[in-house]
Amino acid sequence: MRFHCITHWLILASALIASPAIAFEIENRRIYSADPERSVLRIISTADLNVFDPILRAFQEQNPGISIDYSVAGTTELMKAIYSEGAIFDLAISSAMDLQTKLANDGFVQSYSSAATATLPTWASWRNQLFAFTQEPAVLIVSDAFFTPDTIPQNRDALIALLRESPERFAGRIGTYDVRRSGLGYLVATQDSRNSEAFWRLMEVMGRLDAKLYCCSGDMIDDVASGKLALAYNVLGSYAVSQQATTNGFHIVELTDFVNVMLRTALIPVNAQNVEGARDMIDFLSVLDTRQDLTSATGLPAINTMSLQENTAFRPIRFGPGLLVFLDQMKRRNFLRNWENSLFQE
Amino acid sequence: MKAHGSIRRRLFFQLAGVAAVLSVAFFVVLRGVAERAAEGTQDDILSASATAIADSLRSEDQGVTLELPYAALSMLGTINEDRVFYRVVAAQTTLTGYADLPQSTTTPNLGEPIFATFDYRGEKVRAVSVSRAIGPVSDATNVVVTVAQTRLGLEAISRRITATATGVGVGFFLLATALSLWAARSALKPIERMTDSVTRRGPSDLRPVESNTPAELVPLVAALNSFMARLRASLSQTEDFIAEAAHRVRTPLATVRTQAEITHRKLNKPEHKRAIREMIRAIDESSRSAGQMLDHAMVTFRADSLTVDALDLNAIMADICDRLGPTADLKDIVIQRDFWNSPVTFKGDGILIQAALQNILDNAIKYSPEDSTIIARVDVSGAITMSVTDQGRGFGGVDTNRLTTRYARGANVDEIVGSGLGLTIADEVARAHGGHIEITPNPEGVGACVSIVLPIG
Ligand SMILES: Nc1ncnc2c1ncn2[C@@H]1O[C@H](COP(=O)(O)OP(=O)(O)O)[C@@H](O)[C@H]1O
Ligand SMILES: [Mg+2]
Repeated sequence: MRFHCITHWLILASALIASPAIAFEIENRRIYSADPERSVLRIISTADLNVFDPILRAFQEQNPGISIDYSVAGTTELMKAIYSEGAIFDLAISSAMDLQTKLANDGFVQSYSSAATATLPTWASWRNQLFAFTQEPAVLIVSDAFFTPDTIPQNRDALIALLRESPERFAGRIGTYDVRRSGLGYLVATQDSRNSEAFWRLMEVMGRLDAKLYCCSGDMIDDVASGKLALAYNVLGSYAVSQQATTNGFHIVELTDFVNVMLRTALIPVNAQNVEGARDMIDFLSVLDTRQDLTSATGLPAINTMSLQENTAFRPIRFGPGLLVFLDQMKRRNFLRNWENSLFQE
Repeated sequence: MKAHGSIRRRLFFQLAGVAAVLSVAFFVVLRGVAERAAEGTQDDILSASATAIADSLRSEDQGVTLELPYAALSMLGTINEDRVFYRVVAAQTTLTGYADLPQSTTTPNLGEPIFATFDYRGEKVRAVSVSRAIGPVSDATNVVVTVAQTRLGLEAISRRITATATGVGVGFFLLATALSLWAARSALKPIERMTDSVTRRGPSDLRPVESNTPAELVPLVAALNSFMARLRASLSQTEDFIAEAAHRVRTPLATVRTQAEITHRKLNKPEHKRAIREMIRAIDESSRSAGQMLDHAMVTFRADSLTVDALDLNAIMADICDRLGPTADLKDIVIQRDFWNSPVTFKGDGILIQAALQNILDNAIKYSPEDSTIIARVDVSGAITMSVTDQGRGFGGVDTNRLTTRYARGANVDEIVGSGLGLTIADEVARAHGGHIEITPNPEGVGACVSIVLPIG
């Protein structure tokens, strides 16, 4: 069986789909066409192409005849596309569990169950609509230019103390998510705020040190690796791990007080057209833990209860209506106001 | 007797029917209670959630503000994966939540949640609304908090409950059915026991039934016992009557006969003597006939309820030969005994068998010429055969089949008088014992051979 893989690099602002007014933003898009082509599977995903590429190829190898149209978007943009704009995709993959939960709760997702999805632990799926396939910690990354291994802070209190001790050293050299722009950043920040009061102290210290705000984990990793930043807080660990394969100059720190672990989930929107293909992909992703080759190629840790229990600091984020709380208009407004007050002090 | 229905079957079906009704009732009640409990649980959690939201409402300069508590929604996810919707309305405008979530038109009273079930976003939801007055008492804003949840979890519980209730109901029914089968059987045990004890009785055992009788059967058993008492009384009356009648008829005849013989001896004129002899013969015949009629009545009566005793047929035959010896002697007839070499045991009514043999031997003597020989034989090769063979006139030309009918006499009788009951008695006795009689010519020359053939054992 032979198939071509034609890669298109399209940086698009709009006009992606034959719809007159597309407002959501696509960062990247690639089409893996199959020959002969039986169907096209349109995926919208927050996973960077270079991370997800091996999975898509392996899937296509296993399911010949399915062309994949893979679009990368930020978590907020993905939500906008499906929730507000009714964009047509067969599969939506995102690590913003709260937004995915809202999609399922508000009726934008169709149910599916199969032998493959049944192998997932109960905590890794919700309503037979959200299917988690990776468990990714939010980590601290530190630049080798600033830290020797023994000076790296191991918990939030130590980090706060360190930042307070030497403001001149870290001013303008720390980074974190701009939670107003990044859905993933918002999820981690809100979970942080639930877990520990240290979060707000940390934000305040970061504000005083004129922290740089980022949209995406990739940029933060780049800047830490290059030494532009001394450290970045709440970086997606899986990206950092896969980046480490090619880039030197930084260390990954799993803080010992607690580590938020996010589940990257796939869902089939109600208006999906290639439901069959989407189901095949969900089956494929549900048993990702059996594909050692793919997990090591992508750096994405597959769902595994054992490895979660190994580190007692891991706090996997639980599915459920609780995730809707911070999406409440008023709650969000209040949270962002507090966040801004901490980070932008006069 | 044809059976008309069965108590056991009716009892069983009625008990099983009751069990079925109880099982269904059990199922309905169990399901109802459990589902109401499940619904109650959902209502409780919904109220707790709505109350938690209402409790975190605050009044601020710009109006009412809400810091949605994390637990308020997360608690709804603890027992199922149902969808959750909420809406907070302050003074008719939606503060936060799902603006299109229907809210009850009547404002709930403080502390009294209002529950409702309706369709929302394509699914049935259970909703609860609570209200709070927020702000200064003079200018309070009325805030209504509604929390709704779909009912898939509830339906799953309901399915589980239904399955359990069905299982329990069916199990209960099967158990109850098995028990009713057992109950029906054991309830009828006393009847079986009584039937058994009555069946096992001998034919003449008319003692009252005295086995331990359950209260319900006491009237039946009492009726049966009183019936048997009456039967016993009437039987003994009949027996007494037969004995009495035989006595009353024979005694005067014997007297008359004695007087006639005395007169005969005193008379000298031959024609007078002949007349008296005729008279004596007639008296003898009358006496014998009366005897036979009574014998016949007795046979008919006893054959219905055969007494079963262990008998030795050799002995009975010998006894009859002894009894009729004198009569044979009058005609110089020799009765030759050809018995079986060991006792011939047979279970039967001795009195009846005696009567039968007596009539057969009596016939042989009656129809034999003077100075002849009669062979009385008991033989057990094959069946038990008791035969009497004479050298008399035999049955030449007589239809032997009808000789056993009552009062039937053969054409060969000539001047010999008789009642025609002798062979009838012999035949009835043989048949009452499961055997028959055989009427044949004497196989060893002239004469007749009449046998009673009985089954062995
Ligand atoms: N031993 C016998 N020899 C010849 N005929 C006999 C003998 N026994 C019976 N019978 C015939 O059978 C008939 C019926 O016999 P039974 O019933 O004893 O009546 P009966 O009172 O006439 O002897 C007799 O009338 C006679 O014709
Ligand atoms: Mg006779």
